[in-house]
Amino acid sequence: MSEALHVHHDTAVGHDVHHDDHGHHHQSFISKYIFSMDHKTIGKQFLITGIVWAIIGGLFSVLFRLQLGFPGQSFPILETFFGHWAKGGTIQPEFYYALVTMHGTVLVFFVLTAGLSGTFSNFLIPLQIGARDMASPLMNMLSYWFFFMASIIMISSLFIQTGPASGGWTMYPPLSALGQASDGSKLGADLWLISMALFIVSQLLAGLNYISTILNMRTKGMSMTRMPLTIWALFFTAVLGVLSFPVLLSGAVLLLFDRNLGTSFFLSDIVVNGQILPNEGGSAILFQHLFWFLGHPEVYIILLPAMGMCSEVLSVNSRKPIFGYMAMLGSMFAIAILAFLVWAHHMFVTGLNPFLGSVFVLLTLLIAVPSAIKVFNWLTTLWRGNIRFTPAMLFAIGFVSLFISGGLTGIFLGNSTIDIHLHDTMFVIAHFHIVMGVASMFGMFAGIYHWFPKMFGRYLNNTLAYFHFWVTIIGAYLIFWPMHYEGLAGMPRRYLDKSIWVSFNQFGSLDQMITIVTVIVFAVQLMFVFNFFYSIFKGRKVTSTNPWGATTLEWTTPILPGHGNWTGEIPEVHRWPYDYGKDGREFIPQTEPIGANESKH
Amino acid sequence: MQTFFIVAILALGFLVTFQIAKASEYVAVLRGEEKTRKQTNKINAFMLLAFLVFGLIGVFYCNATLKGKILGEAASDHGKNIDMMLYITLALTGVVFFITQIALFWFSFKYQEKENRKAFYFPHNNKLELIWTVIPAITLTILVGFGIFYWFKITGEAPKDAMVVEVTGSQFKWEFRYPGKDNILGKKYFKQISDANNNPLGQIWDDPANHDDIYVAGEPLHLIVNKPVKMVIGAKDVIHDVGLVHFRMKMDAVPGMPTTMWFTPTKTSKQMKEETNNPNFVYEISCDQMCGKGHWSMRGEIVVETQAEYDAWMATKKPKYWAAFPDKDPSAKQPAAAPVADTTKPEPVAMLAK
Ligand code: HEM
Ligand SMILES: [Cu+2]
Ligand SMILES: [Cu+2]
Repeated sequence: MSEALHVHHDTAVGHDVHHDDHGHHHQSFISKYIFSMDHKTIGKQFLITGIVWAIIGGLFSVLFRLQLGFPGQSFPILETFFGHWAKGGTIQPEFYYALVTMHGTVLVFFVLTAGLSGTFSNFLIPLQIGARDMASPLMNMLSYWFFFMASIIMISSLFIQTGPASGGWTMYPPLSALGQASDGSKLGADLWLISMALFIVSQLLAGLNYISTILNMRTKGMSMTRMPLTIWALFFTAVLGVLSFPVLLSGAVLLLFDRNLGTSFFLSDIVVNGQILPNEGGSAILFQHLFWFLGHPEVYIILLPAMGMCSEVLSVNSRKPIFGYMAMLGSMFAIAILAFLVWAHHMFVTGLNPFLGSVFVLLTLLIAVPSAIKVFNWLTTLWRGNIRFTPAMLFAIGFVSLFISGGLTGIFLGNSTIDIHLHDTMFVIAHFHIVMGVASMFGMFAGIYHWFPKMFGRYLNNTLAYFHFWVTIIGAYLIFWPMHYEGLAGMPRRYLDKSIWVSFNQFGSLDQMITIVTVIVFAVQLMFVFNFFYSIFKGRKVTSTNPWGATTLEWTTPILPGHGNWTGEIPEVHRWPYDYGKDGREFIPQTEPIGANESKH
Repeated sequence: MQTFFIVAILALGFLVTFQIAKASEYVAVLRGEEKTRKQTNKINAFMLLAFLVFGLIGVFYCNATLKGKILGEAASDHGKNIDMMLYITLALTGVVFFITQIALFWFSFKYQEKENRKAFYFPHNNKLELIWTVIPAITLTILVGFGIFYWFKITGEAPKDAMVVEVTGSQFKWEFRYPGKDNILGKKYFKQISDANNNPLGQIWDDPANHDDIYVAGEPLHLIVNKPVKMVIGAKDVIHDVGLVHFRMKMDAVPGMPTTMWFTPTKTSKQMKEETNNPNFVYEISCDQMCGKGHWSMRGEIVVETQAEYDAWMATKKPKYWAAFPDKDPSAKQPAAAPVADTTKPEPVAMLAK
């Protein structure tokens, strides 16, 4: 990096940098913790907001799992809390669908997009590439506050008379466009769309910022191929977001027009509740194209940060370099490109032209190749290592296991022939929860356990952490593995009671088991949240700057870095980030110059 | 009360676990953190191995208990192809699943931290990387090949002799229409839809092809065994989906955009009752696309029967046209009116829809 640029970004946060004692100079509470422009604080804001959302989203799933496991049974406590939504203690269909929709929206977008990449992009990018802050701290702050506004609007929709959006997180029109068709498509749908629009603005502000920071603000010696895989993953994530979120925005805006201004983008030939609507010429399927053009990249937006962090954690704790750095990079690149070319695999049975369908089969299954490469590289990273099972490491291993299980079922679904049978069944639910939901959650936990000491200068309680891991992985498999069988039997998703069906009512006891496990797993997540907040204040103190013996730059900062991250000069980088176990040495930090007789690789 | 107990037990468990966790942290500090860490490392390594073993047992157990409740033999020709494809994929992915999961947990256990072990510096190896790019690529090519072969067979043109039937979804019911003797479904226009005028599907009566169309609702759809059937699928209000689990078929019902699918039922309902040992067996139509609060209960039934049984059933049906215009009903003992003159040649919806 040129010296000129170097000077330039120093001045961007200049007022702090040239003080020697960061943190001691005066900052009001508001500018330090609330409208903060420090990337670390913003990262923590995303994380804590994400945790709050995760509790809400998780609670929703517990509620609707109660219905699925015990259909028809009355839980009077529900009526106490939810009134007419749970009349007589049983969850009403409107309520069920509202819960499902909000669960999906909240977890996919607010937790695993904002909470995951928001947290770690903000926290790790400057620390790992050697920058004092983001390219634009102001945009960064705005991105959080747009997310916050989106959150407030989404939450407020839970409290209106007709309830929140309830057409599924995919919000397909005409259902989501017509208030006559569903209560959730009244005010709730408008609020959903507005909230998502704000959310997208937040993601764009954030993504542009991440990209420009990574491209322009690397410290001296930090060439692109010396960046940790975490940063590469976050980079591709940001690129995917910036290119695909605008398409969803267009879909959301057009849907708002259809709902409120009488346009017919997605509506045609509709008679709803005996009322003949004037709209003609629109295409309901068009929305699905717009949605999935974001929707598929979105799944990688969620997954890539987890992949990046797990690569890092696996390497650090195997005390071995990540195997095939360039192949990892190449496969992430391939995934990022292919992610844009497979969206119609969600639409095989919409009446899509069969030839087009076959093209999407080919492209979809192509994605499995880079995915496979990544898995084999992770396995080889473990091979002949000297493995330390920190909680982060366990979650990273769990991540790989889940990614394998869920990735393989993607090969079923990506094959249109099989998808005819499996589409919109519980098999899809099992697939994407394992591969995206739980796997990315595991990535997020790995990240939290690994970088918590850097965030707060304290450790999380280990015993609780191990307990958390074991219950969660066992629970995740108990919940989602048997669900594949329900899907193979053809049981449709989003069915709240199967008792009237001859073909799908054979899984009653299985559904009960799943519900009970869900409650336990949820309780253990609450315990994690407790551990998290408790440890921020009371956890064991970190006493060394580099507790995991890692090579990357964030561990060269003070234990609790102030605004500007490094006191004094930003260190220079001399090597790639994965020199573990080289030449008989435990690890060689990126900042150490290449020795005269060091071996090459 | 029950809820209260559950909450109380959870809270108690919470407290106990937390206390243990706190205590173990103190103990660790007292005993020396490094020593405790090494011990925990061993425990977790062992647990990973145990997880693998019990996990694999669990996979077999789960399969043994549930495999009798799924699939069964498909009841259509396409269904058999789809099942074939499913089993091919299951076999291939199954092998990969066992190899990779075993490797993952076994390596974790085997290479757990040991005093005298040195991690092997192994940053890359072109040959290995090439191998595991090429092998998945070949495997997937095989799967794509089979898949597309079947896919074109299934989505291809329906045979000429296929019977045609129209299926229309609306919140939360299914309606059916048979084309009648001319085997052509008459044209429709959604603004004609009116239950009051005996026109629930919006048929255009000026189109003579409509005059013999049979409308069926509130009872099962009847199909003929071993005769291909082409379904013309539509919806009135929101998107639905015709899901036929025993035939392994599925197609969205989209307002404003008719879709089609065809297959050949190969077993009569009677046969299925015997084969499944279930006297209550019925072919069900499930709505597989979220369509509102009644989505989960949007159920239809199908009867598959012999040609003779079908003909007998069909003979009891009258065209909807006669209900809309009672004077056109020959059984109303009025002189038969000439069909409405229509200069434009009818262009049946069934043909447009493909
Ligand atoms: C081997 C790679 C994968 C393949 C071939 C694949 C294929 C598919 C297909 C074809 C579907 C649509 C199924 C249907 O609706 O009938 C699907 C659904 C889904 N997949 Fe994957 N997938 C893969 C990996 C992933 C990954 C890595 C993620 C997440 C990070 C993911 C997340 C999802 C989600 C969220 C859905 C469900 C969307 C919905 O609500 O309809 N998939 N997958
Ligand atoms: Cu996709
Ligand atoms: Cu429906």
